[in-house]
Amino acid sequence: MPKRVLLGLLLACGLAAPALAQEPKTGGVINAVIQPEPPGLMLAQVQNGPTQMVSGNIFEGLLRYSPKLEPQPELAESWSVSEDAKTYTFKLRKGVTWHDGKPFTAADVLFSIEMLKQTHARARTNLAQVDKVEAPDDHTVVFTLKQPFGPFLGIFEVGSMPMVPKHLYEGTDWKTNAYNNAPIGTGPFMFREWQKGSFIRLVKNPNYYEKGKPYLDEIYWQIIPDAAARSVAYETGKVDVLPGGSVENFDVPRLSKLKDTCVTGAGWEFFSPLAWLWLNNRQGPLADKRVRQAIMFAIDRDFAKDVIWNGLGKVATGPSASTIKYYTDDVKKYPYDPAKAKALLKEAGYKGEKIRLLPLAYGETWQRWGEAVKQNLQDVGMTIETIATDVAGGNQKIGDWDYDIAFTYLYQYGDPALGVGRNYISSNIAKGQVFNNVEGYSNPEIDKLFADGAVATPDSKRKEIYEKAQKILVEDVPVAWMLELQFPTITRCKVKNLITTGIGVNDGFKDAWLDK
Amino acid sequence: MRQFWKSMFKSPSGVIGLVILLLAISVALFGPMLFPNSPWRMVQRPFLPPFTLSTVPLGTDALGRDVFAGMIFGARVSLLVGLVSTLVALVVGIPIGAMAGYFGGRVDDALMRFTEFFQTIPSFALAIVLVAILQPSIYSIVASIAVVSWPPVARLVRGEVLSLRTREYVQAAIVTGQSNTWIILREILPNALSPVIVLASLMVATAILLESSLSFLGLGDPNLISWGYMVGAGRTVIRQAWWITVFPGIAILISVLGLNLIGEGLNDALNPRLSREGR
Repeated sequence: MPKRVLLGLLLACGLAAPALAQEPKTGGVINAVIQPEPPGLMLAQVQNGPTQMVSGNIFEGLLRYSPKLEPQPELAESWSVSEDAKTYTFKLRKGVTWHDGKPFTAADVLFSIEMLKQTHARARTNLAQVDKVEAPDDHTVVFTLKQPFGPFLGIFEVGSMPMVPKHLYEGTDWKTNAYNNAPIGTGPFMFREWQKGSFIRLVKNPNYYEKGKPYLDEIYWQIIPDAAARSVAYETGKVDVLPGGSVENFDVPRLSKLKDTCVTGAGWEFFSPLAWLWLNNRQGPLADKRVRQAIMFAIDRDFAKDVIWNGLGKVATGPSASTIKYYTDDVKKYPYDPAKAKALLKEAGYKGEKIRLLPLAYGETWQRWGEAVKQNLQDVGMTIETIATDVAGGNQKIGDWDYDIAFTYLYQYGDPALGVGRNYISSNIAKGQVFNNVEGYSNPEIDKLFADGAVATPDSKRKEIYEKAQKILVEDVPVAWMLELQFPTITRCKVKNLITTGIGVNDGFKDAWLDK
Repeated sequence: MRQFWKSMFKSPSGVIGLVILLLAISVALFGPMLFPNSPWRMVQRPFLPPFTLSTVPLGTDALGRDVFAGMIFGARVSLLVGLVSTLVALVVGIPIGAMAGYFGGRVDDALMRFTEFFQTIPSFALAIVLVAILQPSIYSIVASIAVVSWPPVARLVRGEVLSLRTREYVQAAIVTGQSNTWIILREILPNALSPVIVLASLMVATAILLESSLSFLGLGDPNLISWGYMVGAGRTVIRQAWWITVFPGIAILISVLGLNLIGEGLNDALNPRLSREGR
């Protein structure tokens, strides 16, 4: 009988414990790696990856995005869209102050937009459809568009459109403003100190508008230039958070096996990096659609995912990552099927012509991937010659269209109009640039679909258009889609709730807490 | 000649070196016939430890490729690069050294300044720069190793020729009106060759090391497997899978050691100052 009581007690404790653990605790200091050291922290002027990662916790945007890329309130607490989809009205949150105590108002929003149009290339493109922005009162902002623009609600993320303080920047030279080195935002953390080459220190914003948040007292972003040293810093306990890409892929399995270590691939949905092989559609055997299809069948993409990327990521089905709006997997499938690849090559009359393969010079992982793809293609009878090159040389060769097959990966920014169409529409064929339609694919139907899709309403119409475009592209194989990449974030398990949004660590410390 | 082989076989180091070299050469020549599988093929699960499966005796690397096959095919590249680049260096270095030593004066000055120009640049740095500029391939690697290794040959040959030129039989040849080419080729060079042969055997070893270092740094021919490439590719996972790095490393060590032993043996056998009989 006492035994049973004890068991019951144990069970009760066991069941209660996780429930208790979900209650956030306040306090604590977190050490995270930032790699490489950011060139600056003024997010409106510098958009490098590491800058976004640190400053996304200092600055805020009007909206935040869930892992499914649904807009969520941040500085705007609500928004509405007019019938004709041309007027967007944002209601701003009341009682928000800048880190220096001044109130945040609609005037700051208008000023930020003016500044970003001049300093932020992607924001400029995103705002191209905006006719005018007005502030009827201190807490309302109204955007009027020239024509309906489907992805409009997807451009307000902190890295794409950070809010900057008007009272500190108006009338000054933005580039030399002293506040660039000690940025003032509205975010959950305030900038405190930057020891160049050593660490960046952020402290809790005590007046943050969401009561109780943030939970942490301080964040130290440690700057450690050497990849091996970053792994060691985690192993020895110097840092608790390794954001995606801060250690080499082959170190991930070893680190994830360490005690009290949690690994997640989440937190990249907004960027959705998609890796593919550029196939030069202009010349040689690759001009034949059947050869390009054969390449899709010949490459063992599950192997690449499991072995080269340590199981992280997802085999791509087409031009859109599965996290992108209007994604469909109802397209032609290309499983690993060497026999089919051989048959297609034979049908296309391929006779062993030499094909040049350009790997991506981003380190070990990409080099190994290049070797595996080469072997896959040789196994079905293709003659592949790997061209060794560095990043700049590779970019130049791709931009000059002097390649047959080349590795790449690009961000997609949540909407096909923002990040997918650019690689397939014929108006984007421009020699000398790297991230446009360098494969030289040209299909009037696709051009029309992407042109219509950007401005079509309502959503169901856009869905229909983009699904059609995906089907056509996957049939034509203008490029060979490989993997939806995931960059694993490695943390001690005591760090809770760090990754809750589509941009992960970039704005994640707002909700993060430390289980002591 | 018989004398030479006799003394060569007398020195144990020379014999060991020869055995190692012959073994390496036969692996390079016949290995790929016995193991026709490409070393790039993914044959087993990745990171398979050595001595677990008889089909992949030395285990597999990060992609599941056979480490043993890599070593067999790597022998080919390493030896080929070593031998060919040394030959090229000899072809360049011997004539320059011989002309400088024989003609003396301004010719000597000009040729030696030219040689020193190459000698003042650190050889490995020069090799890296050359390969990087020419794009890594087996040809650019052989060329750059040859470029950095001919100057010592030229200097050595020049020294030998300088001393031989004053010998009476050379003077006699000049007096009898033989052509310069004839004298250099028939009278001087044959007598200057023994130190060059010793040097050459060491140069092959150095060239293998150079090629390995270049491949280790990722400047190898991406289409050919070599020992240096294997060490370089395995280095990053050495804490998880030591065997990927260790076995090709041992192969480099043994073949370089073998070549050095041969050099030593050759030196003993060819050096006239070491008496051969009755010691």
